[in-house]
Amino acid sequence: MSDHIVRAFTEELEALSADLLRMGGLAETMINDACLSVTAPNATLGASVMATDIEVDALEAAIEKRITRLLALRQPLARDLREVLAALKISHDLERIGDLSKNIAKRAGALDGGADGAVLKGVERMGRAVSAQLQAVLDAYASRNSDEALRVWEADEDVDQHYNSYFREVLTYMMEDPRTIGSGAHILFMAKNLERIGDHCTNIAEVVHYLVTGEQLSSAERPKAPELEV
Amino acid sequence: MSETDEQASTSGAPPKGPVKVDCRSVDVFYNDKQAIFDISMVIPDQSVTAFIGPSGCGKSTYLRCINRMNDTIEGARVEGEIVIDGVDVNDPAVDPVLLRSRVGMVFQKPNPFPKSIYDNIAYGPRIHGLARDRAELDGIVEDSLTRAGLWEEVKDRLASPGTGLSGGQQQRLCIARAIAVNPEVILMDEPCSALDPIATARIEELIDDLRQRFCIVIVTHSMQQAARVSQQTAFFHLGKLIEYGDTETMFTNPANPKTQDYITGRFG
Amino acid sequence: MTEFARSAGLAGPDAEARLRRRYAAERRFRFYGQAAIGAAILFLVFLIGSIVTQALPAFTQHKVAFDLQLDRAVVAPSGRAAPEDIRENVAGFYRLVREDLVERFPEGAGDASDRVELYSLATRLAVLPVAHDVARDPSMIGQTRRFWIALSDDLDLYLKGLVTRENVMTLGPVITVEVGRGDDSVVLTVAEAAAERIRANAPWSEPDRFLDGDPTVLIQAGDVVLKALELDGPEVKAEVLTGDLAAPNALASSPLTVRTIQTPETDRNVTDRQIAWTLALKSDGRIERRLNTALTSNADSTYPEIAGVFAALVGSLFTMLITASLAVPIGIMAAVYLEEFAPKTRMTDVIEVSINNLAAVPSIVYGLLGAAVFLNFFGLPRSAPFVGGLVLALMTLPTVIIAARAALKAVPPSIRDAALGVGASKTQAVFHHALPLAAPGIMTGAIIGLARALGETAPLLLIGMVAFVAEAPSGPTDEATVLPVLIYKWSTGAERAWEPATAAAIIILLIFMVFMNAVAVLLRRRFERRW
Repeated sequence: MSDHIVRAFTEELEALSADLLRMGGLAETMINDACLSVTAPNATLGASVMATDIEVDALEAAIEKRITRLLALRQPLARDLREVLAALKISHDLERIGDLSKNIAKRAGALDGGADGAVLKGVERMGRAVSAQLQAVLDAYASRNSDEALRVWEADEDVDQHYNSYFREVLTYMMEDPRTIGSGAHILFMAKNLERIGDHCTNIAEVVHYLVTGEQLSSAERPKAPELEV
Repeated sequence: MSETDEQASTSGAPPKGPVKVDCRSVDVFYNDKQAIFDISMVIPDQSVTAFIGPSGCGKSTYLRCINRMNDTIEGARVEGEIVIDGVDVNDPAVDPVLLRSRVGMVFQKPNPFPKSIYDNIAYGPRIHGLARDRAELDGIVEDSLTRAGLWEEVKDRLASPGTGLSGGQQQRLCIARAIAVNPEVILMDEPCSALDPIATARIEELIDDLRQRFCIVIVTHSMQQAARVSQQTAFFHLGKLIEYGDTETMFTNPANPKTQDYITGRFG
Repeated sequence: MTEFARSAGLAGPDAEARLRRRYAAERRFRFYGQAAIGAAILFLVFLIGSIVTQALPAFTQHKVAFDLQLDRAVVAPSGRAAPEDIRENVAGFYRLVREDLVERFPEGAGDASDRVELYSLATRLAVLPVAHDVARDPSMIGQTRRFWIALSDDLDLYLKGLVTRENVMTLGPVITVEVGRGDDSVVLTVAEAAAERIRANAPWSEPDRFLDGDPTVLIQAGDVVLKALELDGPEVKAEVLTGDLAAPNALASSPLTVRTIQTPETDRNVTDRQIAWTLALKSDGRIERRLNTALTSNADSTYPEIAGVFAALVGSLFTMLITASLAVPIGIMAAVYLEEFAPKTRMTDVIEVSINNLAAVPSIVYGLLGAAVFLNFFGLPRSAPFVGGLVLALMTLPTVIIAARAALKAVPPSIRDAALGVGASKTQAVFHHALPLAAPGIMTGAIIGLARALGETAPLLLIGMVAFVAEAPSGPTDEATVLPVLIYKWSTGAERAWEPATAAAIIILLIFMVFMNAVAVLLRRRFERRW
């Protein structure tokens, strides 16, 4: 796409996009660090996750300010309008992802080594999958590639399935030994958080798809893992 | 057929209401220079259709085909059919004077006659013999001014000159003058380009009201204005219709990259 | 210099010099403009001032009172007192005037040359107003009435001081008068001082003796006028020009008025005796300076004292009427067609260029055309305002067309669009909207064209409007002349009195033009609309 006649407009949109990608990178780091802190408890790691979250929140506020400015001064239309709306939504999703990651890190501190390393491996595995999703969707955003976004959107099914099987695994683990119920509950919440992060990634994928094509994806059409029965 | 023509014919949105103006393969020439290339489009009744596009894209020329104002320009020639209610306006049997009483026009610069407010409105009905007596004419004047939202502002000074009104009032006076002859279609050629934002907002509100009764076609340079007042938008470029569709789609997700570039301010 | 100027590179000696030069250039330009306007005003003031000062004497006129015994046999010799006969009876009335003059000045009744000298105090045609008055009221016949008749132009000019330079002084009364010392002269004895003053004021070629070709010294006491011939101490030898010395106290009782007429008698149109008679009449109280009504109410004449511009004014009016009623409607229609309806083709281009060129054609060419076409080909009457109007209409037409087209062009096209937009036809749009809006401009153009036609002389000379016309025309086909032609004719008149009359006629023409222009301005004000 060629530049705007008003160059400052292009520059502002590019800055917005850059901010968003930076925020995405931070969120990705938070997921990874949080999951690492689960399997290898480390106080500095937890602290760094907390610090990053503050940074992410600040970035979200900054992006929101930028968007308000853009809407008021440039009155974007068509693709530009979608660009701005997408940024608003993505920034919100990323902020949520940051919050959820922070929650995981908190719970990791609460576990305090009171859980079986083998069970915790599941968190790490799921974390890797979700982190990959986020990375993919941010790549799709960076390259404005709707096909890639669509792939992420469909791949959420895998994350859900991951979550379902892990849920059952942790449940079994807790039934075997009622003393582990405390740590098990934490682990379940962590898994749930990761699953939520996956959902946010699909949201972002939907937004990227809308941004590029102008068409809304309805989440009803999305392939889903069967509902979890407890 | 070129690619853009293909798109023009495919992107023409199906009108929501009954068709009022049906343009079929319209070409316009100024002497040997072709200004409009084979444009077909269907304009629905009781709605506002906006023509947008860069300067010199032919949108005004195309608009002026509908009431044959191009006849007044020397060397202008129109080909193709423009059908209003089943009658081709370019048919030799159609009298352009009568056509223009059915297809009113509002111009870019407010151009009230240098006469009284009353006479400005009454001129059209008088020359068309629409009123049998003074009382009837008074009625038409009041009705037109009321519909143009100007009655309350000018009812006490109908005898003062129309040129003494503010720009926005003058333009509403021109709209009142246009609707006084009871047209079916109203063409507006950049009606707000000389007005301040408040006056513009009043006119836009008025256009929205008038939509209930008339088929309105408006040429505008302001994308925001097209977005605010119209239900359909047509994008012209270099004498061709690039895209025509409902306004919402045009301004959020236009199909043609040229439209996109124009709307987002990336043109040329 | 401020910080701003420095940072913008506007400071420094170079920049300051540049700035000074710029302001100097501006001041210079303003000065040139003011100087040009000043010069224009100066010229205008000079022009108008010189015309007005020249014309002023022509607006007043000296008239002589005559007590005429309106004898039926003289006034109505045919026996009938028909007004038209009385009106024509110039000879009869003039006889009465002559008799009255002879009665007053018996010394002028001598031989034929004496009588011619005396009678030329009033011209023959000057009695016409008297004839008209009597014709209007025949009951005056048989009575003696006092009438004021124009004094001959040269004497009128003498009284206005335009014939010669004159020194006037008043001295004490004569001490003794001695008549007939060997000839018909008289010898006055005056006071020494008075004699000295007369001598000092008599620039004769030979001291104390008047020779032919010397300035005349007139001595007046009451209605006695003497011409000094020799000076000898307190004695002045003089010739009696008019007045009865035998009358009691004629000379001795009144103070002397001594006037030295610098122009010698041989160099002027009025003789010493005529001056003497005029002075005598004046001392009788029979000469008054009155408003010259003849100038505006009379037709042209060969005698300046009774010549007027009235006939020419009426002729001009008729000519203008014809010109206006032809040139304005035809010009406007042509302009409307060319501007609003005609397709822009090579043909209309040619027409447009032709019209522009026609506006620059010298006016005399139109005169030639008029003479060839209207007089020779169509056989229309010569000297008629109708033909003059036709010729001037042809001349004015291009101006009107150009002005009207310019005015129509200046009407914003948006007004035409507006009219067409509500369904007016092209003709309605033009006649309801464009033309009324252009009207002030068209009117101004038309009146400027007409004003030019009003001042036109050359083409009218060629169609015979220079003919002498003694009566105001009663219609456009009567013989007539027009103001500018009259001015041209008067300016070539031989007599001195034509000079102020010409200036006066110019002023009347200027007033006519100012009036027309005022009408133009008024029309403009009235119809001007803003859009």
